[in-house]
Amino acid sequence: MPAQSKIRALLVDDEDLARHVLRELLKSHPEVEIAGECANGFEAVKAVAEQRPNLIFLDVQMPKLTGFDVLELIGTEIPVIFVTAYDQHAMRAFEVHAVDYLLKPVGRERFEAALTRARERVAEKKPMPAELAAAARPPQQFLERVVIRDGTRVTLIPVSKLDYAEAQDDYVALASHGAKHLKQQTIASLEAALDPARFVRIHRSYIVNFERVARIEPYGKDSRLAILTDGTRLPVSRAGYARLKSLLDDRV
Amino acid sequence: MHPLLTRERAANIPERPTSRLGLYLLSWAPITAILTYLMAKPAGLGWWNATLVVVPLCLIYAFVCLSAWYSCKAAPIQTTPPKRLFVTHTVAAVLVSLLWVEVAKLIAYLLSQVHAFQGLDQKFAPQAPLLFAAGFMLYSLAVASHYVILEIEQSRAAQARALESSVFARDAELKALKAQINPHFLFNSLNSISALTSIDAARARDMCILLADFLRMTLGLGEKELVPLREELELLQRFLAIEKVRLGERLHVDVHVEAQAQTCMLPPLLLQPLVENAIIHGIANLPAGGTVRLSAECSGGQLHLSVENSADPDAPPPRKGGRGLTNVRQRLEARYGKEASMKTTAEEELFRVSISLPAGMADAPAQPSESELAPAKEVRL
Repeated sequence: MPAQSKIRALLVDDEDLARHVLRELLKSHPEVEIAGECANGFEAVKAVAEQRPNLIFLDVQMPKLTGFDVLELIGTEIPVIFVTAYDQHAMRAFEVHAVDYLLKPVGRERFEAALTRARERVAEKKPMPAELAAAARPPQQFLERVVIRDGTRVTLIPVSKLDYAEAQDDYVALASHGAKHLKQQTIASLEAALDPARFVRIHRSYIVNFERVARIEPYGKDSRLAILTDGTRLPVSRAGYARLKSLLDDRV
Repeated sequence: MHPLLTRERAANIPERPTSRLGLYLLSWAPITAILTYLMAKPAGLGWWNATLVVVPLCLIYAFVCLSAWYSCKAAPIQTTPPKRLFVTHTVAAVLVSLLWVEVAKLIAYLLSQVHAFQGLDQKFAPQAPLLFAAGFMLYSLAVASHYVILEIEQSRAAQARALESSVFARDAELKALKAQINPHFLFNSLNSISALTSIDAARARDMCILLADFLRMTLGLGEKELVPLREELELLQRFLAIEKVRLGERLHVDVHVEAQAQTCMLPPLLLQPLVENAIIHGIANLPAGGTVRLSAECSGGQLHLSVENSADPDAPPPRKGGRGLTNVRQRLEARYGKEASMKTTAEEELFRVSISLPAGMADAPAQPSESELAPAKEVRL
């Protein structure tokens, strides 16, 4: 067997016993090497960068960072087999995007089938669908925190602590407590994930946390400035001003 | 039969039918008086003659007017076309009034046979149109009153039905919520058992038994109205033991229950969802784990309970409308109203739910509560 076809798998689950089941099921597959085991999402992101696995068994429900957060942070190149106990929304998302998943308790037969398919994916280098995380979110539920990766370091920003977001080419700069964090995401997709009752797109390049807006000042002809509670000044377009006003009217 | 004449009483009316009938007949007194006056003075029959004719006449008509009830029931006001409504009741009024006039004539004739009232029938004859008009009006009034009564009865029945169905729905909902077992918990536990089978078969069996006990107790307790705190704690002990197997070192449990509080009664499965929340939203969100603190004490006639857990300071603000909390709050409100209270406190790294409710003791101490306890421990699957 050529060296490339060796699979390096990463096991990610916060429960010791759940990882044990996977380890045991992999015992009969010498071609699969266990690259590492992680008990949470932070470790997983780090291990992906350092160990470079080419298959990940990823638990969905984990502390702080869920399996979907991990997927969002590590990108879509590495095939992932999700493992979940029970999550209707996640299961529907998996079906829709034809992503393989295992249900706990994990049985041998189902495990073998998933592994066979994963092997094909590894050979084809088929990327994971990028929209998976969004599809797994329960309807009507908006983003509660933003996850950002900087190398192997992961930062979580609860949306209540997000002051504003600024588009910068393929990235968005997220401002929180005076610090800025860069994330590879379009401002439109961020806007779609945020609660429209709390965040307003005031400009082509800016989304602002409504609670941070202290006042609006006129600025030149036809345009305005939003002054935030910390003194930051952001441009407000005409359409942005209309959105701000309608949100204000809704609140009054 | 007309409701005034039956012995069955309408909902919420404690009067007896006879007294209701009396009241109805009393309402005819002023009508009788007016009619007597009209016959006596303007018609010139004289008081004595008028009274003797009008009183029996009105008494008869009082019962005749009750017949409107049947025609009103047969022609419900919402569904019958107005034209038919008008024709039906007009025809009935005319017929009834004509009949009434004939009866009046008969009474007058019979009285005229007595020497003292000789010639009364002749004197009475010109008054027939007046009597007909009165009869027509009275019957129409009876029809209108009956429609009003029927309408009131109907809306009252609708209200009662609505109330009944809402109570029923609430009951069903509570029942469903009480018996709710989190599927996530169930599947995760099964996964743990499946892992343990190859690592430590004895522990796998213990876990099976814990899980079976927990399910049995959940089903058993859910059927009761109130249980002693001790029973709820036994259930929680199983629940926490299972979670401990799953979460390992990450879960610390600290239970502090006053001996006196053990026998206090509370709705079953009231604490269970709170402890489950403490684990799902608290401990399971912390990579290094944390502590669930459970305390219960009795003071001032109130049972004070609190469930406290370590929380992630960065986590989204505690779920105000979370299903578990809402359910517990609703159940407390439904059972105790203002006598119970529930408070949630969210500090940086701590989340606490405090409940206080009237500290009822087991109804009859020792013996019956023991025997009541036994079936709950039996298999009821």
